[in-house]
Amino acid sequence: MNAVFEAFKTRAEAVSAEVHRFKTREEGLTFILGFLKDAGVSDAPECGAVWAAGTFIDGAAKDDLKVKVPGICFDITQAASAASKVGISQLDWAISATGTLVQDASAVDKRLVSTLPPIHMAVIGTERILADMGSVLEKLRPEQLNYISFITGPSRTADIERVLTIGVHGPERLIIVVVDELQQVTA
Amino acid sequence: MSTTEFKESIATALNNGNLTGALGRFSEAYRISRAKAYEGIDFEVVRDQIEAIKCSASSRFEELAEQFKKNAEARGAKVFRTSDPAQVKQYILDLARSKGVKRVVKSKSMASEEIHLNKALEGAGMEVDETDLGEWIIQLAHQTPSHMVMPAIHMTKEEVATVFSQEVEEGQMPDIPKLVKFARAKLRPKFLQADMGISGANIAVAETGSLVIVTNEGNARLVSTLPKIHVAIVGIEKLVAMVKEIMPILTALPRSATGQLLTSYVSIISGAVPNVDGSPKELHIILMDNHRSDMAKDPMFKPALQCIRCATCLNVCPVFRLVGGHVFGKTYTGGIGTILTAWFDELKKADDIQGLCIQCGACVAVCPGKIDIPGLILELRRRLVVEKGQSMTMKAIFGVVNNRRLFHSMLRMASVTQKPFTSGRFIRHLPLFLSDMTEFRSLPAVAPSPLRDTIKKIVQPKAKEKVAFYAGCLIDFCYPEMGESLVKILNKANIEVIFPDDQTCCGAPARYNGAYETAAGNARDNIKALLEADVKYVVSACPTCTVALKHDFIETFKSLGITDAMAEAEKLSAKAIDFSTLVKKLVDEGRLTFKEGEDLGKITYHDSCHLKRTLKASEEPRELLKKAGHELTEMFECDICCGMAGSYSIKLPEISAPILERKLKNIKETGASKVVMDCPGCVMQIRGGLDKDGAPIHAEHTAESLANRFK
Ligand code: SF4
Ligand code: SF4
Repeated sequence: MNAVFEAFKTRAEAVSAEVHRFKTREEGLTFILGFLKDAGVSDAPECGAVWAAGTFIDGAAKDDLKVKVPGICFDITQAASAASKVGISQLDWAISATGTLVQDASAVDKRLVSTLPPIHMAVIGTERILADMGSVLEKLRPEQLNYISFITGPSRTADIERVLTIGVHGPERLIIVVVDELQQVTA
Repeated sequence: MSTTEFKESIATALNNGNLTGALGRFSEAYRISRAKAYEGIDFEVVRDQIEAIKCSASSRFEELAEQFKKNAEARGAKVFRTSDPAQVKQYILDLARSKGVKRVVKSKSMASEEIHLNKALEGAGMEVDETDLGEWIIQLAHQTPSHMVMPAIHMTKEEVATVFSQEVEEGQMPDIPKLVKFARAKLRPKFLQADMGISGANIAVAETGSLVIVTNEGNARLVSTLPKIHVAIVGIEKLVAMVKEIMPILTALPRSATGQLLTSYVSIISGAVPNVDGSPKELHIILMDNHRSDMAKDPMFKPALQCIRCATCLNVCPVFRLVGGHVFGKTYTGGIGTILTAWFDELKKADDIQGLCIQCGACVAVCPGKIDIPGLILELRRRLVVEKGQSMTMKAIFGVVNNRRLFHSMLRMASVTQKPFTSGRFIRHLPLFLSDMTEFRSLPAVAPSPLRDTIKKIVQPKAKEKVAFYAGCLIDFCYPEMGESLVKILNKANIEVIFPDDQTCCGAPARYNGAYETAAGNARDNIKALLEADVKYVVSACPTCTVALKHDFIETFKSLGITDAMAEAEKLSAKAIDFSTLVKKLVDEGRLTFKEGEDLGKITYHDSCHLKRTLKASEEPRELLKKAGHELTEMFECDICCGMAGSYSIKLPEISAPILERKLKNIKETGASKVVMDCPGCVMQIRGGLDKDGAPIHAEHTAESLANRFK
């Protein structure tokens, strides 16, 4: 698993994603909350964080989290997402060959939190990293799912003088939180 | 575009230092990033797969389109099939009207540009915004894309800042990160307010009704998520049969287009998803034909539907990097753009632009769709000539070329008078030396005696083994010394070289100008002359001629539906061999041995387009030259065209000259005192250029470099 993780990390970092690995869910959660605070997430206007459903967060005491970091919102709307600094979601699979995250994004909240805020935090279990796109397409099947998203690094453009610039319409930072002890029961 | 306008647009492009500078630097950086992106991937395997997938799909568009429709509709999409661009526009207008759509956001769709959709929507009072940064810039600047992947590559940051200041908000500075932030801030509210999102798709999968959309900026995700209506306009050439077939395409597309392993975002949309307010999304997919199935029915052009729009053929094209995209037209640019324009728009529209292709083949080697772009452009040229006829000058010239006796006697006469006897519209292997186009390179004189005379004076060993020598016009009449060198070398291997006197022009000049009937006449004459002798090989020291003997005769017959001479053409094809490949063989077989201990100094080698890319010989001459005792220093871009390409340097000297200039610069930078190549046409171009330039570098044919090197 370590080799697969390392390969994934190398590829993801090569495309400007930030990768952090934790052993337990608790450690991952602590990191995310710390990050949100440092990023200035609060209940002030335009300072929120939107957190989409997923096994990582579903069982947590959400009210406690809101106390710890005011401004976290679990009710995802377009307006809340557009006004947030950070969007957090759980991804279903990852591809080590390209440093890619993959998600059944049929539910609109998953897309809102990963497209509108300038920072996207993506949570994924270590064992969900597979070798290549072919392996992932066997797990997430277009014949069953209406919207599958592949995300490889933050949003980018080179449309002006071919100069690579990060963060056009999507997030300018992609922070990947990889958790070893995370049982994912999703697709 | 009229021919004058066309010439003017070329002049404008060539005089735009920003453009040629940006494209030149890009083409250099592109080669490196592409190579890096393909590390660990067997490009040939991937493109074989793409070819197979797309070829099979284009053989059954009807079936796949119906299957796609059925599957996508079962999952909540509405699929509209049409062959008519007007109906595409009407469908979207009707839909917009019935839903009260006022604001539209678009992510990149070349199909929508092909049919001028924005104009139609704006005409109906809608606000339409392109959201791909490059597309937005050119929309604001009221221009058209100049590149299929990077639409605004022709603009500098200063120009972008000016456009933003004039069209959106005053005071924008030419600072790229700031300009990008500005675009994000200005387009964000448009996404949030839009009633309809329009996108294209990179792939459409029939078995699942899926669309695959590839972007880096993330705009397609927003376009397909925020507005309640999503319309995707998809050319039917995007269809593939199965989900697993998207993988080779997604392996090649980002690597070839932008040197990425994968783009930031890939979305696979296979049905309607909920809107932000919980209502079901209206997903409309328009499968547009617009002459694509006509193309699929034309066996010659069907492979062009294998294109995945990666724009590699633009990035590696020596002409594109000089003139950029606008010269080519409004939607599709570069070599493949020429072909697509001829079909999706009309053949006539390709009349001028088809002439831009210098036929170097650089694109063929790297096209993920395995499309013979220069080959198809030649076929366009032929069809255009059939449609509107050949010009009087060309007719007169080809009338002469078709009559070997007349042609050769005129050449002989030229050697005496060295005076122009026509207006000088001549071509490689033809009396180009009669042209007065000597601005950027000196031209050779016609030799006092052609090779066909001098060769008879060479005392050759009466050997059992004989090869026939096909000289081609340039060696025969201008550079007989190259032919004499070849004879000398083969004699050392105890081979007698015979010269069939009835050989004539290889037909390449006629073929490359669309005069296929003349080319076929030349082919017939040569086949007869060359098959008469009982030899194992027909050798030529001109790669263009070798390609003619090996491939073009057959292709010309095929194009014209000539069958009676096919078997003989194939027989000749099997015997034809280029000089370096034959000599390398003889060395390997131990029939030629190099003199030992020679130190011949530093040289550099120029790869001739036809030798490297059609005949696939690039190591052979290098190995021979090194073994002979030369020290080989490679020049930058050794395999990029020298700009000669026959009549090209006469029809478009403004493009040929800067291509040559680059070549000369790369040669000079090696510090070598000699540049060697396998093609007399390239020698003519490069020697002439060096002469004008005054550089103390000698250009010669590999045969000359090797003539005295064997024991
Ligand atoms: S023709 Fe080939 S190289 Fe050119 S855009 Fe199409 S696939 Fe790419
Ligand atoms: S053959 Fe050469 S000149 Fe013609 S399109 Fe291809 S790269 Fe350009």
